[in-house]
Parts: sequence; C-alpha cells; structure tokens
Amino acid sequence: MENSKTKIVLGVIGADCHAVGNKILNYAFTAAGCEVINLGVLVSQEEFVNAAIETNAKAILVASLYGHGEIDCRGLRDRCQEAGLGDILLYLGGNLVVGKADFTLVKKKFMDMGYDKVYAPGTLPDEVIDDLKNDLSKRGILM
Amino acid sequence: MKNVLLIDFGSTYTKITAVDVDREEILGTARGVTTVETDITEGLNQALKVLFSQTGKLAFDKVLGCSSAAGGLKMVAIGLVSELTAEAAKRAALGAGAKVLGVYCGELSEYEIAEIADLKADIILLAGGTDGGNKEVILHNAQMLATLHQDVPMVVAGNKSVAPQIVKILSTEMSEVEHTENVMPKLNELNILPARETIRNVFLKRIVQAKGLDKANKMVDRMVMPTPAAVLKAAELLSKGTDSEQGLGDIMVVDIGGATTDVYSIAKGNPTNATVYMHGLPEPFAKRTVEGDLGMRYSAVALLKASGAKMIADYAKASESAVNAYIEKVEGDIDYLPQTEEEAGIEIAMGKTCTRLSAERHAGYLETYSTPCGMTQVQTGKDLTEVKVVIGTGGVIINNAEPEAILQGIEFDSANPLTLKPKNPEYLIDSQYIMASMGLLSEEYPDAALRMMKKYIIRGNQSWT
Ligand code: B12
Repeated sequence: MENSKTKIVLGVIGADCHAVGNKILNYAFTAAGCEVINLGVLVSQEEFVNAAIETNAKAILVASLYGHGEIDCRGLRDRCQEAGLGDILLYLGGNLVVGKADFTLVKKKFMDMGYDKVYAPGTLPDEVIDDLKNDLSKRGILM
Repeated sequence: MKNVLLIDFGSTYTKITAVDVDREEILGTARGVTTVETDITEGLNQALKVLFSQTGKLAFDKVLGCSSAAGGLKMVAIGLVSELTAEAAKRAALGAGAKVLGVYCGELSEYEIAEIADLKADIILLAGGTDGGNKEVILHNAQMLATLHQDVPMVVAGNKSVAPQIVKILSTEMSEVEHTENVMPKLNELNILPARETIRNVFLKRIVQAKGLDKANKMVDRMVMPTPAAVLKAAELLSKGTDSEQGLGDIMVVDIGGATTDVYSIAKGNPTNATVYMHGLPEPFAKRTVEGDLGMRYSAVALLKASGAKMIADYAKASESAVNAYIEKVEGDIDYLPQTEEEAGIEIAMGKTCTRLSAERHAGYLETYSTPCGMTQVQTGKDLTEVKVVIGTGGVIINNAEPEAILQGIEFDSANPLTLKPKNPEYLIDSQYIMASMGLLSEEYPDAALRMMKKYIIRGNQSWT
C-alpha cells in the first residue's frame, strides 16, 4: 500500500537551481522503497519543515550545490524543533561550500548545526540509502 | 414557452429573474426586501408583485433559489500547516460560497475552541495531514471540537487513514458529520472539489432549514446553493463553455459590496513566460477570494486603512481630506449616496481601490532571484496577465454610472510588474444582475444559461455576440 511506505522529504535548499542531482536522488530513493516527497529546487527551510509536518516524514534530505550551503542550511534543526518535528533525521549533501575545502572540517561545521549525516560532493545514492536504512531501524522503523 | 423563476435571497434584497428558457430571454427582473426574520416568502411575494406588474401574471415551470441571507454560509476552516492543509481547507470553503470566519492550524487550544464556539459557524471544515501523513493533530483537533458543546455540522476532509476515527469522535457530539476526500491527498496537491460538493450538500440538508430559508419551499422547487457558489458556477460556465456552445476562455469577475469584495478567476494561471519556475500550492482553476476589509460602506474605514487616503484621492483627483471626510460620512450612514460630483468621483475611486487591492491579493506574483548566470524568476499563485475578459457584477458596480472606471483597478500596473494582473482586459458589465441566476439555471439548462450570459452581459451598450 502506497501510504504505508516510509516518507522522506527531498529538495534543493535556498536560491539554488541545480536540478540534476535532485532527480537522481528522487529516482534512487523511490526505487529503494521510500515514498519521496520531492520539493524540487529553490526550497526554503520553512517549506521543508511544513512538508515534513503534513506528510509525517521520517527524514529530510537537503541538497545544496551552489556554494551558499552554510547560510542556507543554518537553523533548520531549530526550526524542526520549533515545529514539533524534534529529532527527525536531517541529511545533507551536494557541494556545501565554495571550492575545495577540507571535508572533515566542512562536515564538522554542518554536524554542529544539527544535521545527522553530511555527505561529500559526488557521494553516490547507494551509500545514503544504506545509512538511512540503518538510522531508521535504530528508531524501530523499517524502510 | 418554458418559464423559470430564479431567486437570489440576498442579505438585504430578494432579487428575482424570470426567464423563458426556450426563447432564451429574460422576461423581467424585480426585487423585494429580504424578510428572513419573519417569513422569507413575504419579500419574495413583494418582488413577484413588482415583476408581474411589468410582465403580467406568469406561471413558472421551475423555481430555483440561492441564498446569502441570514449572514450567508458562515464557515470555519481547520488544517495542520497554515500554508498547506489549512489554506486548502480555506479555499474549499470559499469555493463552496462560504464566508470564512476563521482559519485555524496546528493543534487547537482551549482558547481557540472558545473562540470557535463564539464564531457560531454554520459548518466547520476539518482537514489536516496528507493521506497517510500526520494523524495526531487532526485526531487531537477532533477531540477538542467534540468539547465545543454545539451541534455544528462538520465536514471532515483530512488524512484518510484516520477519517473513520475522526467521524466516530465527532459523532458523539454532533448529529451531522460528513466525511469526504482529503483537501490535500498528497503534499502540494489540491483536491477541493469533493469538499466543496459535500459542503453544498450539508448546506442544502441542514443550513437552509436552520436559517428559516425552507419556508420558501412552498414556492421554490429547490434551494440550490449559496449565492457566491452560483456566481462561481456561472463564471466557470461562461469561461469553459459547453459541448455545443463556446466559452470566453480565461475570465475574471469582480463583485464589490458594502462589506466585502469578491474576486473570481477562471484560469489555469500557468506562467506566461516559459523560464519561470512555479512555486507553492497549485491554484484551483475556478478560484474565489473574499476580502473582508475592502468594501464601500461597512468596510469603508478598513478600506481607507488598507489603501491610505492618497490612492483614493489620486484616483478621484480630490484632496485627501475630502476622501477622509466622505469615508467618515458613509461609514456613519451606510445608506448614503453621493450628492455632489466630487462625492461621486470619490465613490468611483473607492470602488477602483477595492478592485485594485482585491485583485492584487487574488493574483499571483513573481519573485526574482539573482544568480551569477542571470535572473531566475519564481511564480507563486496565478499568472492572470493574459486574462482578456473582466466582468463586473453586484449592485455597487452595476448601479454606478462608470462601472468600467471601477473595474480598471484590476489592470496590470507597470510600477508593480511582479503582480500578475490582467494586462489588456476588456470590461463587461452584468448590468441586469443575472450571473447568480444563470449559475442556478445552468444546473438544468447549461446551454441556455451560457447563451443568455453572452447575450445579456454587455460591453458598453452592445451585447457580446
Ligand atoms: C549543470 C550545472 C549548472 C546548471 C544547472 C542546470 C540545472 N537546472 O540543473 C546551471 C548552468 C544553471 C548552473 C548554474 C550555476 N552554477 Co552550476 N554547475 C553545474 C555543473 C556543471 C553540473 C551539476 C550537475 O548537474 N551535476 C550532476 C549531478 C548528478 O551531480 P550533483 O548535483 O553533484 O549531485 C550528486 C551528488 O552531489 C549527490 N548529492 C547531491 N545533493 C545531495 C543531497 C544529499 C542529501 C545527498 C546525500 C547527496 C547529494 O548526489 C547526486 C547524485 O550522485 C556543476 C559542476 C559539476 N560538475 O558538478 C556546476 C556547479 C555545481 N555550479 C556552480 C556554480 C557556482 C553555479 C552558479 C552559482 C554560477 C555559475 N558558475 O554558473 C550558478 C547557480 C545557479 C543557481 N541559482 O543555482 C559550482 C558550485 C561551486 C561550489 N559549490 O563550490 C559548480 C560546482 C561548478 C564549479 N566547479 O564552479 N550550474
């Protein structure tokens, strides 16, 4: 039944229009058995949060490709908390900062903002799907 | 010869239109005072007397009515997120012809329940959660609504997974609980027609009687719907046409009243520029919005607050102090009519301002994101720039000497190019006030109703065809 699938919210945050990776992730997660609520590109933090509330999603997958990730992504965890989504899983990937920075530092910066997983540029969907399965099963949810 | 009588029980006047459906002609129109407090047929009989004095005694094969008497259809809409299911619920209620007294989102508190109890809605629409999505909040809200201790008819249009539970909870306290499809089955997917239909059925089954409109039943075959729903229906028909008769394509309708301004658009409203991204909730093809702070009498002071005196004064080519003085006058004396040329000018300017502001709120808008590779534009709401026909209906517009001047407020403003209002519309006037009637007539005779609108809704002095 369509409605009993685990729901995840997917989108590209901020004023970012890079649409290709989003389509690939949508395809990969749908094939893996999730119901993907794909918000597409140009998605505000508020829209991510609202979508997760209405659909009762278990995870939000945020992409940022154009280099303004730091500004766009800050505060999303607080908003989730504010909206009663609490510790919903937040995953982040894409090209989070401009240029080639040391990824361990980049990762730490975004983990400190409250994201559960932060992925390096060019990460393939399979890795992310495995992580999501694990994280959900720790919470007693089968994907 | 097949005669049909169409009745609009308005808040003040009972307006009747007699038509010959075979010849597609209006036999006559008349009005009486709405007498819902005593017996609604008194005012109707008064109107009939006036009618028959013009036409001679007529027999009717069918009598259909719509009503906005006794406060209209008053509703409260409840959803989960304000921009999502609460907005969808509000749009469903407006589309059903309701006056929306309040929109609530999230978990209802006891304070809000007290507020809702005070609003004394005729129907409450309860939504929340996509299908298979959030259940907790709508369940909580159903439980809270059960503590209203009012037997309000309920329409449930939320997450389908918990619909049976919701109905059970509400049925312990309320005698009329109808459930229908979710107003938002999937995120950002608007599905308001089933809720609209259910609201209309509840209106017919319960509200007509509760408001004493059923007394009309001895004279009226069917009380079909709330008046704004009839106007929406007429507008939709006029736009889309029927299998055998072409419609006019995308249209807008404006109806200014003493307290509110209604705007209708019948148009998809997709971007007219292919490079523009769409954003936000999809729009209903037939959309109605109501502005409670834009009106000519009860809302005159609110209008002034929304527009500022300058906008009205500029349109009227009058001084701001003259505008302020006039508005004070009409707010104190709602039956006041303009006595001087300057007052008439201010009256038109007020109407134009109502049109402008209500259209700005109704229409979609663009936002521009600048990126190093150029500008990206994002559209929220409907792009109405290509709407070619704007119709004015309702007493304020059709009784004015310059109805087109009032409607011109709808026009695209190059000083505010991001608001997507019609760029080059033609103005038509429903001078005999038949739109609501034709919405009623279209229930049974859509082709005749459409052709009669084309014939009687006029451009200047010529008919459309
Ligand atoms: C195509 C492209 C564009 C197109 C986009 C067309 C479109 N609508 O999609 C256009 C020309 C519009 C464009 C514009 C811009 N672009 Co550009 N663009 C690219 C380019 C060449 C390819 C992007 C792409 O589609 N890749 C293919 C997909 C499949 O890969 P992906 O997006 O990286 O996604 C994969 C992974 O990263 C991962 N992933 C992605 N998101 C997420 C999210 C999660 C949660 C997870 C787990 C994983 C994950 O999974 C995906 C599948 O494997 C890249 C360079 C590159 N080779 O990556 C630059 C690039 C992304 N663009 C860049 C820039 C700067 C811009 C502009 C700001 C200005 C410019 N220089 O043109 C504008 C911004 C416009 C805007 N407002 O968004 C930079 C970003 C710099 C940075 N972050 O450090 C890049 C890296 C080029 C560069 N080296 O300078 N761009």
